Amino acid sequence: MPRELWKGNEAIAESAVRAGLGAYFGYPITPQTEILEYLSRRMPELGRAFVQAESELGAINMVYGAACTGARVMSSSSSPGVSLMMEGLSYIAGTEIPAVLVNVMRGGPGLGNIAPAQSDYNQAVRGGGHGDYPRIVLAPASVQEAIDLMALSFDLAEKYRMIAMMILDGSVGQMMEPAEMPALQEPHRREFDWATNGAMNRERRILSSIYLDPHDEEKTNLRLLKNWKNVQANEVRYKEYFLDDAKYVIVGFGTAGRVALSAVREARALGIKVGLLRPITVSPFPYEALDQLTGQVEAFLVTEMNMGQMLDDVLLTVRGRVPVEFYGRPGGVVPFHDEILDEIHRLASGPLAVSTDPRDSWLARMYSNLKVTAQ
Amino acid sequence: MQKEIIIAGFGGQGVLFGGQVLAYAAMDNGLDVTWIPSYGPEMRGGTANCTVVIADHEIGSPLVKNPPLAIALNLPSFDKYEETLAPGGTLIVNQSMVDRAPKRTDIHVIMVPCNEIAEEIGDRKLLNMVAVGALLTALPEIKVEDVEKALEGHLPARHKHLLPKNYEALKRGFEQAQREWDKVPAEFSEQ
Repeated sequence: MPRELWKGNEAIAESAVRAGLGAYFGYPITPQTEILEYLSRRMPELGRAFVQAESELGAINMVYGAACTGARVMSSSSSPGVSLMMEGLSYIAGTEIPAVLVNVMRGGPGLGNIAPAQSDYNQAVRGGGHGDYPRIVLAPASVQEAIDLMALSFDLAEKYRMIAMMILDGSVGQMMEPAEMPALQEPHRREFDWATNGAMNRERRILSSIYLDPHDEEKTNLRLLKNWKNVQANEVRYKEYFLDDAKYVIVGFGTAGRVALSAVREARALGIKVGLLRPITVSPFPYEALDQLTGQVEAFLVTEMNMGQMLDDVLLTVRGRVPVEFYGRPGGVVPFHDEILDEIHRLASGPLAVSTDPRDSWLARMYSNLKVTAQ
Repeated sequence: MQKEIIIAGFGGQGVLFGGQVLAYAAMDNGLDVTWIPSYGPEMRGGTANCTVVIADHEIGSPLVKNPPLAIALNLPSFDKYEETLAPGGTLIVNQSMVDRAPKRTDIHVIMVPCNEIAEEIGDRKLLNMVAVGALLTALPEIKVEDVEKALEGHLPARHKHLLPKNYEALKRGFEQAQREWDKVPAEFSEQ
C-alpha cells in the first residue's frame, strides 16, 4: 500500500474497517466526530452495520450485545461521552467478552473544552467503571501508530476476551500525517467457544456478568487477574529514543511523548545526555523497562497533558531510588517543546532531591512562571 | 533537517488547503511531514491557521512556538506571527490585506499582493497558491514543480480543470517573492 496523507480520526476509522470491523455504534462528540462521520458512509458502502445510537449509553450497550456474538465491534467517543459509557464497560468486563473503544480525549473535567488533553489516563488505566477489572489501554502518538494500534486492539481484545481501549488526544485525531493502511479484511466472525451466535445443534451458552454467589464472583475476579498476568507478561509495548547513554530520561505517552522527542533532540545537540521512553501500552505499563532504566539514570522527568496521572505509575516503579520530576500542561494546553527543553536544562543543572510528590514543585513553578495566575 | 511553517488567515482564504498542498509535496519528496489545523469554533469564521512540519527524521512536536517560516494572509495574522517568528525567519505577507510596514528588522518580511495577483489570473480563491508559491523562495526542500505534481496527484478529479490556473498562481507568487528578495541587501539575504 502506498503512503497517503491521513487525518488521525479518519485513519482510525478506515483502519478499523480494514481490520474487519463488523459493526460500529456511536454518538457524535468533538473532537472524534470524524470517526463516526467517516464510518457512516464507509460501513454501509461495504454492507456492514453502522448505528448512530440515541446516546452514549445506547452505543456502549449495543457494543455489549453485538460483542456477545463474536463479531468485531467498536465504539468511539471523547471524554464526557466516555464517562457516560463506564457502566456498560464494567458489564462488558464482567462478561469477559472482547470490545474495542476509542477515546479521543479533550480538556476536562466536566464539559471542559474540545482542546487536546490526556486527562482520562486514570479513568482508562485504573478503571472508571465499577468493580475490579483490568483492561488493555493503547496510546498512539502518530497517525501511523493509531492505524497499527487500531488493528492490534481487536486482536488483543479477542485474544484475552478483554476490553481494549485506545486513548489519544484531539491533536492526533485532527492531525494529518503520511501513513500506510493495511489490506482490507472481511468482517471477522470467528467461531469462539463462548459466543452466543445461535444454539442450533449445540449446547446453549449464557453470557452474563451476574454471579450471585460471592464465591463465584471471587473466582471470576481471580480469573480476570490471572488472565491479566498473561497480558502483562506478553503485551507490553514502548518505544525508546536515545536511551543507551542517557543520564536523564523523559517518560511521556502520546502527544506529550512526541513533543518531548523534539526537546530531547535539541538537548542532545547541546550535548545533554537525555533520552525518552514513550509507553505505547499504558496498560500494561512498561514497569520492567522503567525499572531497568532506574539503575542507569540520574533522574526522570515525566511529561503529560494532565496534572500527573501516569506519574503515579512511574513513582510506583522508581520507588524513591532516583529523583522523579514532573512537567504537565492540563486543561487542553499542548506544551511547546521549548518548555520541556527548559525542564531538561533544569534537570541537567541539578542537584535534585527525591520528593514524595513531584507535583508540589511543579505547581510552584507553574505559579511563579506566571503561566497561570492564582484566582 | 526540519522546517516548521505556519499558514494563517481568515476562514475561507484557503489556509488549510495551502498547508495540505505543502504536506503532499513534502510526502511525495520522501520527507516526513505533519499538518495540524487549529480546530474549534474558529473553523466557523474568524482566523484559521495550520502548522506544517517537514523533516527527514521522525517528527516530534507537530506544533511550534517560534516558526522559521510563516504565511500571513490577513492583518491579525501579520500582527501575531511577526511577533512570534524565529529570528532570521521569513514571513510572507499578503500585502493586499495589510496597511502597515513590518516592525521587526531581524526577520525577512516578503510582501506579496496575493489578492491582486489571484484576480489577475482570474480567480480570487487562488490567493493561497500565490502565497505558497512565494513561500517556496524560502523553502529550498520543496520546488514549485513538486507542488504542481502534488496538486495533480491529490486534487479531487472534479477540480482537475483548475490545475493550469493553480500552476500559474504558484509561479506568479514565486516570481513576485523572488523580485522582493532581489531588493534585500546581499549580506542580509543569506539564510
